[in-house]
Parts: sequence; structure tokens; C-alpha cells
Amino acid sequence: MVSSYTHPRYAAAVPPELSDGSVRRVPVVIVGGGPVGLAAAGEFARLGRETVLLDEDDTVSTGSRAICWAKRSLEVFDRIGVADRMVDKGVVWKLGRLFHRDREVYNFDLLPEDGHKMPAFINLQQYYVEDYLVDAVTALGKTDMRWKNRAINLEVLRDGAARLTVVTPHGQYAIEAEVVLAADGVRSPIRTSLGLDFEGKVFEDRFLIADVRMKADFPSERWFWFEPPFHSGQSVLLHKQPDDVYRIDFQLGWDADPEHEKKPEVVIPRLKQMLGEGVAFDLEWVSVYTFTCRRMARFRHGPVFFVGDSAHVVSPFGARGGNGGIQDIDDLCWKVDRVLKGETPAALLDTYDDERIPAADENILNSTRSTDFMTPKSQASADFREAALEMAADLPFARRIVNSGRLSMPHTYRVTPLNTSDDEVWAGGPAPGAPALDAPVLAKSAPWLLNHLGHRLVALHFTEHASAVEPFAIDGVETVVVARQGQASRATTLIDPDGTVFRRYAAHDGTVYLIRPDQHVAARFGTASMAAVERARDRALGLVHDQQPRRAAGA
Amino acid sequence: MADLITEPNLADVDGFYERLIAAHAGLDDDASRQLNAKLILLLANHIGDNAILDTALKLARRARDGSD
Ligand SMILES: Cc1cc2nc3c(=O)[nH]c(=O)nc-3n(C[C@H](O)[C@H](O)[C@H](O)COP(=O)(O)OP(=O)(O)OC[C@H]3O[C@@H](n4cnc5c(N)ncnc54)[C@H](O)[C@@H]3O)c2cc1C
Repeated sequence: MVSSYTHPRYAAAVPPELSDGSVRRVPVVIVGGGPVGLAAAGEFARLGRETVLLDEDDTVSTGSRAICWAKRSLEVFDRIGVADRMVDKGVVWKLGRLFHRDREVYNFDLLPEDGHKMPAFINLQQYYVEDYLVDAVTALGKTDMRWKNRAINLEVLRDGAARLTVVTPHGQYAIEAEVVLAADGVRSPIRTSLGLDFEGKVFEDRFLIADVRMKADFPSERWFWFEPPFHSGQSVLLHKQPDDVYRIDFQLGWDADPEHEKKPEVVIPRLKQMLGEGVAFDLEWVSVYTFTCRRMARFRHGPVFFVGDSAHVVSPFGARGGNGGIQDIDDLCWKVDRVLKGETPAALLDTYDDERIPAADENILNSTRSTDFMTPKSQASADFREAALEMAADLPFARRIVNSGRLSMPHTYRVTPLNTSDDEVWAGGPAPGAPALDAPVLAKSAPWLLNHLGHRLVALHFTEHASAVEPFAIDGVETVVVARQGQASRATTLIDPDGTVFRRYAAHDGTVYLIRPDQHVAARFGTASMAAVERARDRALGLVHDQQPRRAAGA
Repeated sequence: MADLITEPNLADVDGFYERLIAAHAGLDDDASRQLNAKLILLLANHIGDNAILDTALKLARRARDGSD
């Protein structure tokens, strides 16, 4: 167990079903209190929705797992109200360095652009992320958190709802739900009980993951070595975490014996070789992982929605696992909420597959390519890698070829029935399907644009002067005005004094962006009419299914 | 086979061919393979057009297999 962090123990109350023998039916049950399930509970709570969350354990992640949290995840955590705490605790980094053998070949800056509330990445141990999410979800008071409640079976009932069988230390009970989020991790018992499995290609390699605690002056950067002198022929990744903890990933190759490799008498000399004899360190955690890239064929099965690792897994280079899972619930929660409220036809729920399957494929593609670069599977592949690495120090083009992980970026939903395609050519700005871009604003409340979007449909209406615009009054859409000049006299008026928002959105006087509850762009109009925004609203909510050709927006 | 030039296009091709072989002079097999790999990456970047490169990949592969 780690020495730098004390795991909380959450109280496991006796579920009401066990005291009164009833079978309740609730709107939403979330199975699994990992980062994805907890974020879903938080997002639902922010949408005003109560949920039941089952977790088989009574604490947060024990092992050494996710550490890199991407900007988009932080933006979602910020909507839940917990990002500041994470950023405060986390190690903010944006510089990556790449070494080949004994020399640095180049370095890269992830987010050279200022004016975003959230950094490109923070490093923060998964147990902190879960711990803070539990606190936030508890404070929001909408989630019935049931620790030490293990779902052992799921059955889809005739009326389309789901019935879960749950085992607790106090006994077994059943609970029914109109919607189940299966956030129960890569081994997903829910997936198994539905007779489902992952499909697709598997790429395997073995890595030794070590978290060590030491006083060292490595900067807050991502360091990646190909074939370093201290680990011949393989690759190594070093990352700094809070509490003087460093993550070190050693590629082991496919022939390695995991039980042997994780013995302290094998690990410690390996680390000494890397860090130098003089550096004192404690081993916090060591594990050997076999990484694969796979997904389920579909993520929705009737009332059951697979989110996070239960739906898809990737190798960790690129940090697309946990971050991809957070994007799943970003996409799903508002849809579930609206459908359960009866505001929207149930078909909206199918767009979870429409949107998140291409996203998972993008993550799998990127992770697979990185794995292939790190673990060449043929002589030719090894030759080209060597060629790229050798040229990277001097020739910029070769740096783009070197692949030590393509870091998690939010997916743009290019092909989704919820988008309204552009009807003109745009010089920039987020296209339909892309996440909204952050920017600083002057406002009565938060000074960041993204804090004014989310959880509802917003028409972002650009105007020269705050007083010169008559905001659209559209049912079910809140208009937020962005003005170059004037006063932020209302909560929904934002001032953009230096033009950053206008620039990032390629906007001019009269431009309107329609932004979904998950902060993705649904439609945009250089010069908007109310009728056009209304049509886009209906599409974004899945209220109409006119046969607009499904073409890539902006293509 | 759009756009990939397969008609003669290089002046003094004999001279280039000689220099290509000469560039490998004195290299062992590993170093020779390295040179070729670097050359391909350099030229691919210069060409900068995936359609052309895909055509070239297909053509090069077909010649070796003797099939499509
Ligand atoms: C070495 C390593 C490094 C990684 N690094 C990164 C990284 O830097 N960034 C990143 O984004 N991702 C990273 N990942 C991936 C990341 O850890 C996972 O993608 C993430 O944990 C998935 O979250 P989840 O909530 O879907 O599943 P999990 O975290 O696996 O959570 C599942 C939860 O479900 C509970 N559960 C399981 N079965 C049941 C049941 N039957 N009933 C009730 N509860 C149940 C479990 O107790 C657990 O709390 C890494 C993974 C590894 C292994």
C-alpha cells in the first residue's frame, strides 16, 4: 500500500431493500465507483438528477493506475465543481522531452496558447481523483452511494427496464432501474452477465509500472526514452506526481515473466540503474500490466450503457483510457436525463453509440499506432523507427513521426444526427460536433467562457455592443451574449474586451453558436435567424430526424 | 494511379542511380537499411501528398508480389 496517501473507508449502510424486503424501481443506477462512474454521478447531480451508485469496495482505487488527466476531463470535472481541487493538488505539466539512447532528441509544448482556465494536463493519482469526486458527489447530495454493494447479475425485463442483483455484507437484494450505467471497469461483470465481450484487434505488450517516492529535482515534465542506456532495447516513461511520487513505466517486451519482473530484487536494481546509485527512493507500488486495445461492438444494450473501461480499453500511452471514459459520461448523462424527463424521444439515447463509438475508435487507433511504434513488430518497422529517431534531433519533420503516445484530445462528433451542418465556409472556430473552446471573459460571475456553458442548451450570441442586441427568446435555449463592448450587466452577458472569444470562434456581429449541454457545438450560423436556431435545437435534442445527409461537418 | 509520375521524370537518371549506390558504399546491411529508411521518410515528407504516397506504396508492393 502506498505510504503517501491514506485510503478513506466509506461507511457501508444497510440498503433499504434489505430492511424492508422491497424491490424498488429507480430511474438510474450506476454500477461502479471508479472515476467514470463517480463523474457520472456528479454530472447527473449537477443536472438535478438523483442516482443510485453501487460499488463493490468501500474505498478508492488501490493500485497504481491513471495519473494524467487531460484538459477536457478537467473541464468536465469543473462542471461538477471539483476541478480546482484537482488542479491545486496535481502537478501541472505541458512539456514533454524525448530521449533516444543517451541524448535528448527534442521537446514539445502541449498547450502553447494562453487564455484557458484548465491546463493541458495535470498529473494526479487516480485515488485522489476518485477521493475528490466522492467528496463532491456527497456534497451535491443527490447520489445514494452504496459501498460494498456488488452487482452480480443484470437482467433486462420485459418492459425494457433492468433488474440488478446486488450482494452486500448484509445480504443480497434486487433493484430495478430504467437506465443502468455499467461503469464497472475492464472486467465488467455486467458485460459478462449480458453475455457480451470485447471485439477487435488486441495489441499486447507488457510494462512494469512503478511508483517511487523520492526527493529528486526532475522538473514537471513528461520524459520518454527510447532504448535508454539503463534499459537496453526498450522504452521508459517518467512522470512526476504530487507528494514526491514519480511514475516510471518500463517496457518489458512480450517474453517477460510478470511474477519475476515485479520482485523487489529485480525492480530495485533496475530503478537504481535509471536514477543513479546515489538517489534514495521508496517503492510505493509495483505492478506488471499487459495492455490491449479493444472495445465492445456497441455500448448501448437496451437500458444498459457501457461507459469507460467496461466499454473499451487502450494502452496508457496517450492517457486515453480514463480521459476517454470521462468523455463517455459527458456525452451520455444529459441525454439520459432528458429522455427520462420525457422531454425527448428515447432515440436520443442511440446517439450515444453514434458519437462514442467513433471516439473509442479514434482512441484505439491512436493507442495502437503508439504501441506499434514502441514495440516494432517487424524488422522494417524497427528500421523506420530508428531512422525517425536518428533524424529527429536535427530535422523537425522527423519529430512528428516519432510516436511516444498521442495525448488524449476530445473527440469531435463529426458524423452525428444531432449536428446541423455548416451552411457556409468558416475561417476557423469549433465546427459542429467539436467541444466549445474556452476563453477569458468579463462577467458577473466566473471569468471563463466554459463556465457559462453546459447542462443546458445555450445560444452563444456574438455582438459588437452588449446593449445593441435583442437576444433570441427561444424555448428551451438560453441565450448568452458575448459582446466586444459594454457592461456585463446581466448574468448572461459576457464581455470580450480583447477579442479572444470572437477570434477563437471566428465570429462577427450576429454570429450564433448553439452549444449542447455537454459543451459540444451543435450548430453555428454566421448570421443567425431565430427559425434556423430553432431547427438546430430540435436536431440537437433528437426531436427531428429529417434526412439531412450525414456528411462530415465542414468537410 | 492518379498523379504519381511513372514516366521518366529525372534528368541524368544514371547519375542519380550511381550516387544512390555509392551512398551505400562501405555500409554493412544494417547501416544500408538505415540509409534507405531515412531516405524514404525524407522523400515522403517532401512529396507531402498521401494520395501519391499510397499509390507508390501499392505499386512498390505489387512489383514485389507480382500481384495486385
Ligand atoms: C498503469 C495504468 C496507467 C494508466 N494511466 C492512465 C492515465 O494516465 N490517464 C488515463 O486517463 N487513464 C489511464 N489509465 C486507464 C484508467 O485507469 C482507466 O481507464 C480508468 O480507471 C477507467 O475508469 P472506470 O471508472 O471506467 O473503471 P475502473 O476505474 O476500473 O472502476 C471500476 C469500478 O467498478 C467497481 N466494480 C467493479 N465491478 C463491480 C460490481 N460488480 N459491482 C459494483 N462495483 C463494481 C470497482 O470497484 C471500481 O471502483 C491507466 C491504466 C493503467 C492500468
